[in-house]
Amino acid sequence: MKRYSVFAIAREALRHHTGWERAWASPLPKKSYDVIVVGAGGHGLATAYYLGKNFGITNVAVIEKGWLGGGNTGRNTTIIRSNYLQDPSAAIYEKARSLYETLSQELNYNVMFSPRGLLMLAQTHHEVRGYLRTVHANTLQGVVTEWIGPEQVKKLVPIINIDGPRYPVLGALYQARGGTARHDAVAWGYARACSEMGMHIIQQCEVKGVTQENGVVTGVETTKGHIGTKKLAIVVAGHSGQVAEMAGFRLPVEAVALQALVSEPIKPCMDVVVMANTVHGYMSQSDKGEMVIGGGTDSFNNYTQRGSFHHIEETLRALIETFPMISRLKMLRQWGGIVDMTGDRSPILSKTPLGNCFINCGWGTGGFKAIPGSGWAMAELVATGQPGPLTAAFGMERFREGRFIDESVAAGVAH
Amino acid sequence: MLILECPYCGVKAEETELSPGYEAHLKRYGPGASDDEFESYMFARKNPKGVHFERWRHVYGCGKWFLAARCTATLEVFGTYPAQTSAPPPDLIEAIKAKRPGWEGYK
Repeated sequence: MKRYSVFAIAREALRHHTGWERAWASPLPKKSYDVIVVGAGGHGLATAYYLGKNFGITNVAVIEKGWLGGGNTGRNTTIIRSNYLQDPSAAIYEKARSLYETLSQELNYNVMFSPRGLLMLAQTHHEVRGYLRTVHANTLQGVVTEWIGPEQVKKLVPIINIDGPRYPVLGALYQARGGTARHDAVAWGYARACSEMGMHIIQQCEVKGVTQENGVVTGVETTKGHIGTKKLAIVVAGHSGQVAEMAGFRLPVEAVALQALVSEPIKPCMDVVVMANTVHGYMSQSDKGEMVIGGGTDSFNNYTQRGSFHHIEETLRALIETFPMISRLKMLRQWGGIVDMTGDRSPILSKTPLGNCFINCGWGTGGFKAIPGSGWAMAELVATGQPGPLTAAFGMERFREGRFIDESVAAGVAH
Repeated sequence: MLILECPYCGVKAEETELSPGYEAHLKRYGPGASDDEFESYMFARKNPKGVHFERWRHVYGCGKWFLAARCTATLEVFGTYPAQTSAPPPDLIEAIKAKRPGWEGYK
C-alpha cells in the first residue's frame, strides 16, 4: 500500500489524482480465521490493529453488519479526554488519549487530533467539590488536569456567560491536552492499517448466530455464510446484548439512545471543548465551523437510533443561558446513536462463559475517546486470553462481586 | 414522541409527563438468595430488540407506577396495564402475537 505524504500529493496532482488506491480491500470471507472481531467500529478495528501490531496476529477478520464506522463511531461528538475519577478509568482513558497524540503518524492517516483543551464547567457547589476531588485524583494518577476559576474560564471561552443566574460558572476542571479528533478518520485509518497487515474487513455481513462445541466457540453464522474462528471478540456497542444472546449469555447492559446535533457553520468563536454536566450539554466547534452539541440520553430501552425531541430542547434551553450567542443559531442536523449502558457507567472488557470468546462493550456515552486504549487493552485480552493491567478491573464479574468502577457518581451524567 | 395511556387515570400521556423505570416483572431476590440469583435480579437485563415489557411512572399525573408493552426497535406501543401483576395479561400477549407473528412470546 502506498504511503500518504506530501510527495504523494504532488505526484497525484501531476496526474489528475488517478493513482490513489482504495484505502482498504473488501475481500470475501475465508473458511476460518485465528480471530474474528464482530463490529467494524473504532473499537473493533483498533482491537484488530493492535492484535496485529502488538501480538503479530494478522489472520483476523473484522465483520460488520452495516458499513465501516457507521454506528456510534460516526455518531459521537468526537470529544477526547481522560479526566476520570477512578483509577482504572483514568488508566485506560489516559492510555487512549496518549495514543491519540501520535495516532496520525502511526497510522499514516490524518485523524486530525486536536488537543485544543477541554473544560468541564462547575455550575453548582456540589460540582466544584466534585471536580476539585477529580483534580487531586488525576494528579495521583499522572493525568494532567487543573482547576481554574471563573475569570480564567471567561478568558478561554469569551462567548461564555459566567454570571448565571440559574447556572453560574463557578470554575472548571481543565484538561489542556483534551480535545477532539475526526471520528470517521479514526475508523478509516485503523481499517487501512489493518487491511495493509492482511486482515479482512468484511462489511455488509451480519452475524446471525454463534456456533459452539463443548463451551468453545467454533465460528459465527453470518449473512455471508459460516465463518470459523479460534477466538471471537464481540465489540458491537449498542447491539452487544443481541450478540451475547446468540452466544448464550446475558449482559448487565441496557441499550438507550443518545443524541447530538450541529448548528449551521459560523466563524470561529470557541477553540476549546466545553462540557456542562449540570445541564447535560457539551459543545465544541468543528473545523467546518458548526457548533457540535451533545445532550443527555433517553431513559428507556431503544434501538431506533433517534432520541426524544424534548431532550434536545432541554439541552439547548440550558446551553443558551450559558452561551447567549447561540440562541439565534439554526440547527442543521440531529441524530441519535444506541449506547450500551452498564450499571456503574464503566465499560466491560471481559472474558465470557465461553472460553475463547471475549467481549468489549458498555462504553455507554463515552466510547470514542477510548478507542485506541480500548483496542490496545482488548487485543491483549484476546491474544493472551487473560486480562492485562488495563483490563483487570473491567471484567463483568465485578457486578457479582460488588467491585464497581463507579463513574456514574463521579461524572453525574452522560460522559 | 412516545405516548402511553395510563391504565389508572386513562390519560394519554406523552413521555415528558412520564418517568421510565426499565424492565418489568423482575423476580426479586433478597437475603438467603444465591449469588447468581441476586446478580440476575440486580444487573442482568433482557434488553431485547423488539417486544419489551417495562415499568413507567405517571409522574406528572396520578403518580402511580404502571407497566407497558413496547417495541424497542420501532417504538410501537402494544398496550399498558396496572402494575399489580407478576406477568403480562394474556389478552395483551395475544394482541402482540397477532402483530408480531415471529415473536417467541413472553419468557
